[in-house]
Amino acid sequence: MSSLSTNEIPASRWSRIWNSKMGHSFRGNPVAVVSLAIFLVIAFGAIFAPLIAPFDPYDPGQIDIMNSEYPPIWIEGADPQFLFGTDDQGRDLWSTILYGTRLSLMIGLCAVALQAVLGISIGLLAGYIGGRLDSLLMRLADIQLSFSTLMVAIIFLAVTQAMFGSETFNQYAIYFLIAVIGVAEWPQYARTVRATVLAEKKKEYVDSARVLGFGPMRIMVRHILPNSLSPIFVISTVQVANAIISEASLSFLGLGMPPSQPSLGSLISSGFDYIFSGSWWITAIPGVVLVVLVLVINLLGDWMRDVLNPKLYKG
Amino acid sequence: MLAYLVKRVFQAIAVMFAISLIGFAIQDNLGDPLRALVGVSVSEEVRDQLRDELGLNDGFVTQYLRFLGNALHGDLGTSYFFKEPALDVILKKMPATLELVLGATLIIVGLSVPLGVYTAIKPKSILSGIIMGLSIVGISIPVFLTAILMIFVFAVNLGWFPSYGRGEVVHVFGSWDTNFASFDGLMHVLLPSVALASIMLPLFVRLIRAEMMEVLQSEYVKFAKAKGLRPMRIYFVHALKNTLLPVITVGGVQIGTMVAYTILTETVFQWPGMGFMFLEAVNRVDTPLIVAYLIVVGFIFVVTNTIVDLIYGLVNPTVNLARMGA
Repeated sequence: MSSLSTNEIPASRWSRIWNSKMGHSFRGNPVAVVSLAIFLVIAFGAIFAPLIAPFDPYDPGQIDIMNSEYPPIWIEGADPQFLFGTDDQGRDLWSTILYGTRLSLMIGLCAVALQAVLGISIGLLAGYIGGRLDSLLMRLADIQLSFSTLMVAIIFLAVTQAMFGSETFNQYAIYFLIAVIGVAEWPQYARTVRATVLAEKKKEYVDSARVLGFGPMRIMVRHILPNSLSPIFVISTVQVANAIISEASLSFLGLGMPPSQPSLGSLISSGFDYIFSGSWWITAIPGVVLVVLVLVINLLGDWMRDVLNPKLYKG
Repeated sequence: MLAYLVKRVFQAIAVMFAISLIGFAIQDNLGDPLRALVGVSVSEEVRDQLRDELGLNDGFVTQYLRFLGNALHGDLGTSYFFKEPALDVILKKMPATLELVLGATLIIVGLSVPLGVYTAIKPKSILSGIIMGLSIVGISIPVFLTAILMIFVFAVNLGWFPSYGRGEVVHVFGSWDTNFASFDGLMHVLLPSVALASIMLPLFVRLIRAEMMEVLQSEYVKFAKAKGLRPMRIYFVHALKNTLLPVITVGGVQIGTMVAYTILTETVFQWPGMGFMFLEAVNRVDTPLIVAYLIVVGFIFVVTNTIVDLIYGLVNPTVNLARMGA
């Protein structure tokens, strides 16, 4: 960032972000910096879980039931090869948590991606085309929103599980979870995008694009959408946090990831049966990871909301 | 207003109709009613005869209309497991769930108003910072984890509270037994209510704070200050009143959401309510009970939302009725 070079080389994308209003606000906000750092550490652990984890929790050959319920190494009676102890089936808890975080994070991100694709397309169409289509789609959004996502997901997954039997269900549980969390929350995006589109549509650059003869598809995606991004960013952080919580809740109820392939929620659930016998760590350690993960995402979302200050859909 | 009311009620009926269709589709595809009725030891001929008698060979539309007709008479089928009408089973379990919701609502209303108003009046104070910080932590902890944490601390380690069940209940009337009339009952209902409230409380504190701060900027509050009214009177009589409208409408919608969260709290605390029953019904593939639960819960959602919308239209004359479909 020396003053000499700025005239010659166009600023790289990274330095543009670094020097933007967001970049400045980020550096001045220790909570945001720490949150992002923790999030990156967790994400790193999740992505490289197969390389970091000392054991493979999905490999039955590495699991020995005789190793079950060892406490973490800082408590007496621990086995030094298991950092956070072992769970009820004798799996290394540290490895299982890494793999579980990977699943939780992946389901959360995929579900939100699905929400975003559905919601943004519907919001763009409703806002840009307007008229009957708009009122029909928004009425549907109202109805969908009036049912709690968790309730819809619980009933959908319960019926699916009863219909296919648990064996088939467990095999495809990850897809069912992504689908149901993804579909149930589309109105969050659709309403916000629609509201921004209604405001943007009246602006002159849209008129000029239309006069230039661009089709509605191009105007929506290339012209209006880039100007509606800041509310989308803000919603996305909150939605990822909520999706991770929803997934954990569903898995806790036994309607999500099976114990043989646990996400953080199913790990907490399997530990809950042992909490009365004193093996608190099977529940507590994945619980802490889950809360920290959701908390840092929420804190980042809060910071982003303060900086971007978009007009979010209200009421 | 009347047109709005009619449209809103019509929409509610249409949604209930859609829910009944989903319910029927589940009933039609999930499990085999004959097997639940007579077991496996009956010959194929008798089965066919029974199937004809029960009308299981009729077309989809005929069967659906029969289902709808029965549902309108309050007959949602007979539970395979309890051998009782499914609706009766649910209505018997409902008071336990509603008491949990009531307990949580009392906690939320009692705490969110003072906390929300305080953080709005003194946004820069240290205590406000702590409250707001705790509220974001509260939002980030899933309700089942709060429940487990409370069991671990207050029931297992300290032994102050019981960890499961309803304890001693006092009979009121019909199938309604209350937890709020005996000490033992109150001890049992406290932890689950706090757990259930923990997820909603931060939401309401933040909502009241945001609305209150907006109201405090308005002309009439400034005027009241200039007139020399006592601050407490301005905050709690003039400002709070105008804050509550959005809070009530959000709150009404959240009652439905709370029913979903009761499934989680009831599972952790083995609370004998509707949610716990539903999960058991799923494990037993008790189709009529699953369908009845779907319809009852759908009904609760539709009714609360319709009432909330109507109240909103009624008390807020500036509401844009055209947008809401009038």
